[in-house]
Amino acid sequence: MNAKTFKKENIKGVIFLCTECQDLVDPKEITLDQIITKYKHENGPLIPVLQQAQEVYGYLPTHVLQHISKAMRIPLARIYGVVTFYAQFRLTPSGRNVINVCLGTACHVRGGAKVLETIEKELKIKDGATTEDRRFTLEVVACIGACGLAPVISINNEVHGRLLPEHITGILAEYE
Amino acid sequence: MAVLKLTIDGREVSVPQGTTVLEACRMHDISIPTLCHDKELTSGGSCRLCVVQIEGMRNLPPACVTQATQGMMVETQNLKVRAARKTILELLVANHPLDCMTCEKLGDCSLAKYAYEYGVTGEIYQGEKRNAPIDDGNPYILRDPNKCILCGKCIATCNAVTERSVIDYAYRGFNTKVAPFMDTDLKDSNCVYCNRCVAICPVGALVDKSMIGKGRQWEFTKEEVICTFCESGCKFDINSKNGKIIGVTAKSADNGRPLCLKGRIGSDFRYNPNRTEMPFINQDGEFVQIPWEEFLGLGNIVEKINSLAK
Amino acid sequence: MAENQRILVCAGTGCASSGANKLISALEAEIKLQGLEETVSIVGTGCQGFCEKGPTIVIEKHQVLYTSVTVDDIAEIVASDIIKDERVERLLLIDQVTQKPVAKLSEIRFFAKQKRIVLQNCGIIDPQKIEEYTDRKGYLALQKALKEMSPDEVLEEVKKSGLRGRGGAGFPTGLKWGFCRGAAGDKKYVICNADEGDPGAFMDRSVLEGDPHSVIEGMLIGAYAIGADEGYVYCRAEYPMAIKHLEIAIGQAEEAGYLGKNILGSGFNFNLNVFAGAGAFVCGEETALMASIEGKRGMPRVRPPFPAVKGLWGKPTNINNVETWSNIPHILRNGSEWYAQMGTEKSKGTKIFALTGKVNNTGLVEVPMGTTLREIIFDIGGGVQNGKAFKAVQIGGPSGGCMPEEMLDTSVDYDSLAKAGAMVGSGGLVIMDETTCMVDIARFFLSFTTKESCGKCTPCREGTKRMYEILDRITKGEGKIEDIDTLENLAHAIKETSLCGLGQTAPNPILATIKYFRHEFEAHIIDHKCPAHACSALLSYSIDAEKCKGCGLCAKNCPTTCITGEKKKPYVIKEDDCIKCGTCIDKCKFDAVIRA
Repeated sequence: MNAKTFKKENIKGVIFLCTECQDLVDPKEITLDQIITKYKHENGPLIPVLQQAQEVYGYLPTHVLQHISKAMRIPLARIYGVVTFYAQFRLTPSGRNVINVCLGTACHVRGGAKVLETIEKELKIKDGATTEDRRFTLEVVACIGACGLAPVISINNEVHGRLLPEHITGILAEYE
Repeated sequence: MAVLKLTIDGREVSVPQGTTVLEACRMHDISIPTLCHDKELTSGGSCRLCVVQIEGMRNLPPACVTQATQGMMVETQNLKVRAARKTILELLVANHPLDCMTCEKLGDCSLAKYAYEYGVTGEIYQGEKRNAPIDDGNPYILRDPNKCILCGKCIATCNAVTERSVIDYAYRGFNTKVAPFMDTDLKDSNCVYCNRCVAICPVGALVDKSMIGKGRQWEFTKEEVICTFCESGCKFDINSKNGKIIGVTAKSADNGRPLCLKGRIGSDFRYNPNRTEMPFINQDGEFVQIPWEEFLGLGNIVEKINSLAK
Repeated sequence: MAENQRILVCAGTGCASSGANKLISALEAEIKLQGLEETVSIVGTGCQGFCEKGPTIVIEKHQVLYTSVTVDDIAEIVASDIIKDERVERLLLIDQVTQKPVAKLSEIRFFAKQKRIVLQNCGIIDPQKIEEYTDRKGYLALQKALKEMSPDEVLEEVKKSGLRGRGGAGFPTGLKWGFCRGAAGDKKYVICNADEGDPGAFMDRSVLEGDPHSVIEGMLIGAYAIGADEGYVYCRAEYPMAIKHLEIAIGQAEEAGYLGKNILGSGFNFNLNVFAGAGAFVCGEETALMASIEGKRGMPRVRPPFPAVKGLWGKPTNINNVETWSNIPHILRNGSEWYAQMGTEKSKGTKIFALTGKVNNTGLVEVPMGTTLREIIFDIGGGVQNGKAFKAVQIGGPSGGCMPEEMLDTSVDYDSLAKAGAMVGSGGLVIMDETTCMVDIARFFLSFTTKESCGKCTPCREGTKRMYEILDRITKGEGKIEDIDTLENLAHAIKETSLCGLGQTAPNPILATIKYFRHEFEAHIIDHKCPAHACSALLSYSIDAEKCKGCGLCAKNCPTTCITGEKKKPYVIKEDDCIKCGTCIDKCKFDAVIRA
């Protein structure tokens, strides 16, 4: 490859790629490096970096964690400990639609468990799992803070409130 | 240094300032059970077994991280304290495989020791038990996560080695376990099998594979030796049974690199009574003992020297 | 004809979920269509508090509240209220007692008994505009502190006000600040704990969404008093709107010179960061929260050293929750004496509660400390839904307890509640009726704490799990009578030996339910019956062939298709597939479904 074909990428002083290599590099990796560079010198950067990496990849693949570990000089085991501690982080890709079933107290007393059971039966998956066709991922959450509308579920952050078990089939049908 | 006076179980004792309640007790031969505490490591106060009652303090504070103060009134053996410790032990034992007869740690297990002392059977709180696969994929360390009591000593000692930190806590709550990255077997991690974690594990969760089945702790005689493989000068024990050396164990959990794999295996060779004094050579796929002169390519040097002398 | 006026649309998380954003667009379009855009402005506000009837709209000029508004109502609201100055009666709230529509906000029972101090801007201002905050005396308290008062005087004022931490334990705020101020250190931090994890509590979220500047101002004043120059707001990631509004507010405050270097020419510097949590209830605990900011697992550590001495990155740190910080500007502006007039002898000021569960008016309520539970639930909350009998109120979330009818006259303050075996906690009030099983509720809270335990200390990690298992067995009818004693013993041991507040309070829901509802435990264990008909393992549904007319309504509505039959013949419930949701019983018009 000819050195003359190197050009400065308009990424803020982070990565320089030759025009030919560019296509070979996963654009997500460039974004990941930008995120790391942004936080590297701040205090306590691990959680924001993991959050943003997850936004880029949809989950946290092993190679991404390895990259973060190397770039930020944080032991791999420690990163794994953090990732598995917090509910927000996922190590496997989620389905096309993520259902969060709220089982906070308000939802519980207003029948949230029945709603969950209905969804579990309908999709034939349990909390934390993804359907085989990758259409839905089911997650139980403690409280979305929409207690006034209990019981609620949210699908892709869209909240459905005041639910009864018989509403479920219709709601799920709205999501492809 | 300033001296503090405090009362432990009705006995007035004096300790230097900066002493923890646990240290104060141990200085005066008052026994307190501990699982997660190690004087070489920073104490996390996580097992809660060393709880005591201190006048004026809410709840039962752990002795290992509570600083002794002037005039403190400590109770280490009253009914309430003993009942609380017993409950903690019951909880640990309820979630522990009770295969003690075949456990390598028998005779040296802290959990068994305290369970015996407090009359704990683990029957009260029966329920779900951990059921994680056993890590048997390497020749050096056998790791049984189901026996782990999550004291965290192995993590701390691993962290004390620069650039190591092979293991850490993973998951949370009841599912918490000690794991390498991605919860793999040790063979897929960057572990170098220094066995510091094995030396410090209070239960049978981490076992030196080379010593499995070779004897019980009480059958061993230990001899402290300093490793000469490098300038670190790690201390370790040579364990022998009936005059025969069984294995080598690391001693200190402190900073530095007490007994690396090289030291441990090398020392094993060096102190092994079966060690051969003569070299071997591979002849058509078979090792044949040969004299040193031949091995070193010095052939008939003795004769030559002799002939020169003439 | 319309003059300059504002229509306030509640766009808090609750109302946004019921379609508030569509209302705003529809209103904007209608106003434009009517050529009123010069005079009428639409404001998307934070939570107006009345979540039950959301989405809600307030016509500011007449202080009229319209409830359960849909897009179809917009044209009528504009045509009649804005243009003709006539109320749209069908959208007004119907008073439960008089059964008449209520035209004025102040006459609505839900609001009449409240005293809104912290919430005074919530639902009234546009939280994304700093001018709306400053127009309502915002940042005046900061100016007063920086220009007229020394840090010690500020500290003294907060001490005198009697304000206690609103996060749960109720530690005196001024005292806490004093520890941090007195700690040696060149760098100090203040942190706002917005990791509101109690299920059923959303007051902090509402304040951050609806009035973020009040929190920033409170933190600025605190930082000035303590001598801190940097702060963090640790907010749950589940609250995206709160994070967004906070970030906007910080940007605006920086631009206006309230944040940054040499604030208002006083020489005081303060920098504020937002940190999004990653989903762990235990991070509401101070030391776990700081570990989380430092990029570690959110596992609490042993105290002492206290955060005031050794906190974030080893520096002296002061942590208060959202509501506590938000009280500060009011105290400084109006004086500690004014503040100390409200409340009881030892619990001053007001407290916000999130009223949820089986209550008529769910929503956000701010009352003076010392108000009784009965006043909150019945006068403000309008009593229990659907005419059912009140059974219990759960207060204080997973760290609190359930209180029965006979405790309803308990005054809501730190000491009275602690004495009754509950705690103020962050302020969730979940109302339960006769159909709520108390053993199941205890089991529910333990399943929560079991999941959220960090796993560090033995009693909490292993003990909560065992308590959950015992409760689970009881709700399935497999309990033994000695289980109640086992639970109590274990509960006390866990309380006394756990490392942090989560473990020390996790047994509270059990102890309180055993104390007040022991008979329900016994009914499950001895009679294998759930008195509330809530524990599905102890229930069975069947259809009375005599009564069934074969209409098929039950089968049509059954979410699991476990009911089969032919039209005009008795239907049958296949028990294996039945999830015991009770839909069939609600739908049957002939009382043919039997629950046993």
